[in-house]
Amino acid sequence: MTASGWLLPDTEDPDAAGFWAACREGRLVVQACAQCGARRMPPRPMCPRCRSLASRWEEMSGRGRIWSFCVPHPPLLPAYAAVAPYNAVIVELDDDPSIRLVGNLVTGPHGALDEVDPASIRIGEPVEVVFAPIDDEVTLPRWRRTAPAAG
Amino acid sequence: MPDDPLKDRTAIVGIGQTAFGKGLADSELALACRAISAALDDAGIAPGEVDGLVCYSMEDGREVEVARNLGLGDLTFFTQVGYGGGAGCATVGHAALAVATGRCEVAVAWRARKRAARSARPWAQVSERIRGHWQWSRPFGVLRPVDEIALLTRRYMHLHGATRDHLANVALAFRKHANRNPAAMMHDRPLRREEYLAARWISEPLCLYDNCLETDGALAVVVTGAARAADLRHPPVYLHAYAQGLPRQHQVMTNYFCDDPLSGPSWVAGPKLWSRSDFTPADVPVAQLYDAFSPLIPLSLEGYGFCGRGEGAAFTEDGALEWPDGRLPTNTSGGGMSEAYVHGFNLITEGVRQMRGTSTCQVDGAACCLVTSGEGVPTSALLLRR
Repeated sequence: MTASGWLLPDTEDPDAAGFWAACREGRLVVQACAQCGARRMPPRPMCPRCRSLASRWEEMSGRGRIWSFCVPHPPLLPAYAAVAPYNAVIVELDDDPSIRLVGNLVTGPHGALDEVDPASIRIGEPVEVVFAPIDDEVTLPRWRRTAPAAG
Repeated sequence: MPDDPLKDRTAIVGIGQTAFGKGLADSELALACRAISAALDDAGIAPGEVDGLVCYSMEDGREVEVARNLGLGDLTFFTQVGYGGGAGCATVGHAALAVATGRCEVAVAWRARKRAARSARPWAQVSERIRGHWQWSRPFGVLRPVDEIALLTRRYMHLHGATRDHLANVALAFRKHANRNPAAMMHDRPLRREEYLAARWISEPLCLYDNCLETDGALAVVVTGAARAADLRHPPVYLHAYAQGLPRQHQVMTNYFCDDPLSGPSWVAGPKLWSRSDFTPADVPVAQLYDAFSPLIPLSLEGYGFCGRGEGAAFTEDGALEWPDGRLPTNTSGGGMSEAYVHGFNLITEGVRQMRGTSTCQVDGAACCLVTSGEGVPTSALLLRR
C-alpha cells in the first residue's frame, strides 16, 4: 500500500503525536490524565474531569470488540474507491470499553481494506490490533479477528 | 416562571425561495439574493427596512455581500451560525432574539447552497495530512457524512431491532409528500418500497434512498416583531419557542466517543424547547424533522419526545409519518430527501406554510409545527404557531 491518495493523519499534531509515535513502535496507547487518571480518546489538551493540562500515554492490551461497522461504496476518493466496498469499524477496547477507536477489519498488518467479507462482520466480534506501516511517519492501527468468524 | 421574553413576541412574515435543481447557473450569492428578495416581497417589506441579517457560517455569500447587493441600509445586528445542518433553526432563533430584545426591527435569515461552491462541502477539500478530530476517522475510510452516520445507524439497528423497512418508511413517506409539491425535485418521481430495497448501497446500511438530495438553491425568511407582523399581508407565524443543543462530550458527526453516542443533540435541544413552550409533543400535529439521512428521523422522534428511547423506528410503522392519516405527518413538502436539500432551510419554510394553511399536504387546523435542524451536529429547533 502506498501513501499516495490516502488521507493520513498529521503525526506532528501536538495533541496526537504520542499516539502516532507509539503506533510506529507497534504499541496501542490511550491518553490518560496525569492528574486524575481519566482516560480519553481522541486525545486533546485538557482533561474534562479535572481540567489538568498534563497527560500521559497508557499502553493498552490491543484487544477489543467491534462496536459498529459500515461498508462504504463509491463515489469515494480514488484511493479508497479502488478498494471499495471496504469496511470501516469502531472497536471498543477490552481494557476500557468507554474507549473506542475507528479502524478497519483486515486479515493482517499488510492486508487490504477489502479482504474481509463485509457480510461476515458481527457487532461484538473479538478483535486485536495490528499495525500497518504506511510511510516513514504514519503507521495505522488496524484490527483482525481473534476468533473464527461466526456463521 | 417569569414572562419569557421570546415566546410569541416575533413572527415570520415572509418566505422566499429559488428553484431547486442541480448545476444552477447562479452563484451562491446570486441565489441568496433571489431568495431574500422574494421573501421581502412576500412580506411586503422594503429592503431599506432590514436591519438584521443571520446566515450559516458555511457559505460564500455572507452578510456584507448580501447587504450590498440588496441595497440594505445600516445593519445593527448580524451573525453567523456554525455547524452546517444544525444551524437552520438557530438562524431564525437568533433573528428572533435580536428582534425581541430590540437589537433590530426586521431581520432576514437565509441559506443558499451550491454543491460546486468552495465552501459547500468542506469534507471534500482534502489536504493529505489531517489534524484535529477528522484524523481519527478519515484515514480509515470514513470519508463522507453518509459513512459517519452509517456507523451510528448500524449500532442503532443492532441495539433496537430497527430494519431497512423502517428506514424505507421514512423515505417513502417523504417521497409521497414531494409527489404533491410542484416545487419538489422529486415531484414527478414516485418511489416504491421494492425500488428502495433494490437500490444501490452508498454506505451500508444506507442505500441511495436513505440520502438527501443534492441541490442548488436558496431560501429566506423575514422576522419582525409581533405587533408589526399583525399589520402585514399574511397571518403571522409566531416563533413560540426556540432552543439549541450541544451535548456533553459531543464530537461533530463522528460522535462515537462519548458515553452514549446514540443520544445526540436532539436530546438537549428537545427538552429545552418544550420547557419554554405551552405545547407538548402530544399537542404537535405536524413536524419538519431534519432529514439529511433517513435514520436521523427515528433518532429525532426519540430526542424530541414523540416516543421513548429506541422506539423511533417502530414509530414509523403503519404510515405514521404520512399525510393525511398518519399520527404525525412529517416533512410535508418532501424534506431534504425529496423536496430539496438546502441544509434544512426548506423545513422552516414548510413549517410556515403549515401555519398559514398553504402547504401542498396541509394538516387541517394545525395550530403549531415543530421544525428541527440536524441530528448528529450541534443543533437547533423551533416551535412555530399561528
